[in-house]
Amino acid sequence: MLLTVSGLASHYGRIQALYQADFAVGAGELVALVGANGAGKTTLMRTLSGVMPASAGTIQFDGAEITRTTPARRVRLGISQVPEGRKLFGPMTVEENLRLGAHTRPAAELRETLAEQYELFPALAERRHQPAGTLSGGQQQMVAIARALMARPRLLLLDEPSMGLAPNLVDETFETIRRLCAAGTTIFLVEQNAFKALAIADRAYVLETGRTVLDGTGSELLAHERVKQAYLGL
Amino acid sequence: MTAALLQYLISGVTIGAIYALVGLGFSIIYNASKVINFAQGEFVMIGGMAAVFLVADGLPMVAALPLAVLLAVLVGIGLERVAIAPARGASVVTLIIITIGASILLRGTAQLVWDRNFHTLPGIGGGMPIEVLGATILPQAVLVICATMAIVAALFWFFKATRTGQAMLATSYDPTAALLVGIDTRRVLTLAFALAGGLGAIAGILITPIGMTYAGVGVMLGLKGFSAAMVGGLGSPMGAIAGGLVVGIAEALTAGYLSSAYKDAVAFVIILLVLVTRPSGLFGRRDGISL
Repeated sequence: MLLTVSGLASHYGRIQALYQADFAVGAGELVALVGANGAGKTTLMRTLSGVMPASAGTIQFDGAEITRTTPARRVRLGISQVPEGRKLFGPMTVEENLRLGAHTRPAAELRETLAEQYELFPALAERRHQPAGTLSGGQQQMVAIARALMARPRLLLLDEPSMGLAPNLVDETFETIRRLCAAGTTIFLVEQNAFKALAIADRAYVLETGRTVLDGTGSELLAHERVKQAYLGL
Repeated sequence: MTAALLQYLISGVTIGAIYALVGLGFSIIYNASKVINFAQGEFVMIGGMAAVFLVADGLPMVAALPLAVLLAVLVGIGLERVAIAPARGASVVTLIIITIGASILLRGTAQLVWDRNFHTLPGIGGGMPIEVLGATILPQAVLVICATMAIVAALFWFFKATRTGQAMLATSYDPTAALLVGIDTRRVLTLAFALAGGLGAIAGILITPIGMTYAGVGVMLGLKGFSAAMVGGLGSPMGAIAGGLVVGIAEALTAGYLSSAYKDAVAFVIILLVLVTRPSGLFGRRDGISL
C-alpha cells in the first residue's frame, strides 16, 4: 500500500474532531472517503498533509512513517493536496500559482510541468496572466488541481472538489479526476457528494463522527443499505 | 518663495525616503506574520550606531557599512528565532508586545555596548551643498534618494521574479496554502525579519550623516516608519513608499511654514486622519488590519 493510516486521531485545541481513521490507498487506486458535514473529513485531510498534528495513530507513506514530519517534507515525499475551498493565492496570476505548486521541484523541469498542466486544462493557458482570484469557480478548481499536480505527486489528496460548483462543473471535475487516475496518479478523494464520489472510486470508506465505519468497493457501497439511507437519500 | 518650497520638498523627500525604507520593513514582517514589529526602529539605530563605531575602530567605510547591515540582519534573525518563533501560536497582540520588549532591550544594550552620545558619519561629497533652482541639496540627500529607489526596485524584482520572493508573497496571501505547496513558512518568517533588519540598517546608515544617530534614534524613526506603513496601508509595499513620502513632505512643510516644534506631531495627525477616513490605508487591502 502506498498510504496506510491506522488509528489516526486529531484535535482542534481541546475538541476532538477525528477519533479513529483506518484506511489504505494502493498505488494507482482511486479511493474515496465519504461522510456528512462535520464527520471529520477536512480534519483528516489537514492531518494527512501535516498542517494539523495527529494526536494518536500513524500515517505511513511508501513504507516510511510520516506521522510527525513537516508539511513541506510530505510534499517533497510526493503527497500533494487540493485543499477545501481551493485556497488559491488570489492576487497572484494563474501561472504564479502554478509555479508555486512546483516550489519543491527543481527549476529545470518547470517549463515541462507547466506545459503539462496547460495541456490538461487549456482554459488556464488563456488566462495564465490573470489574477487567480478573478477566475470563475470551475476555473479556480482547475488552478487548484493543476497547482497540486505541479509538485508531481505520487499521491494526490482532493478535499471536497465539488464544493461550490454548478452541477455541470461537478461532472466535469469528477471526469478530470477519473482521467488523472487513469493516467497513473494515485488519488485519495474526500467528498460530501457521496453518489458522485462512490461512482468513480475503485474503493471507498465511510467516515462517521470521526471514525471510519464502512469500507468496500465503490459499487458495493453504492448498494449498501446504510449508505443509501444516510448519504444517498434513497 | 518657490525656492523655499522647493527646499522643503527636497528635505521632505529625503526624510520620506528613509521613512519609506523603515515602513517597508514593517510591511514585510506584517505580511509574513501579521505582527507589527515595534523593534523596527532599533534596526535603524543598530545600522547607524554600528557603522559609526566600526569606522571609529579604524575600519574603512566599504567594510564598516556592510558589516553594520549584517549585524542588523543577524539581530533581526535572532529576534525572530529567540523571541517570536518560540511564541508561535500566541496571539498577534502578544507577539507585538514581545517586539516592544525587544526594542527596549536593544536600546539598553546599545547604550551599554556603545554609548549615550550623538554621533555622525561623514557624508559623501564632503557635505558641500549643490545648488538647484535657488534651493540647495546635499550630496548625501541625493544618495539617500537614489539608494532608496535602487532598493525599492531590487525588492520589487525579488518579490516578483525569485522563487523565495514568490514564496514569501504566497505565505502572506494564504499561509495554509503555502504550507500545502511545500513552502517552509517558518523560514519565510525568519527571512522577513532578516530583510526588515537589513532595510532598517541601510536607512540608519543613510540618514546618519544628515540627522545624526544615538541609541534612542530608533524610537522616533520607528514610529514615523510605522506611520508611513499605516498611511499607505499595512502590508502594501507601494503603500509604504507613498506613505513615507507623504509623511516626510508633510513634516518638512510644517517645519518650514509653521514651526519645527510641530514637525513630529504631523505624522501622528496624518495617521489619525487616515485611520478615521480610510482605515485600510491609501493602498491597503480591504481585509487589512483591524486593531
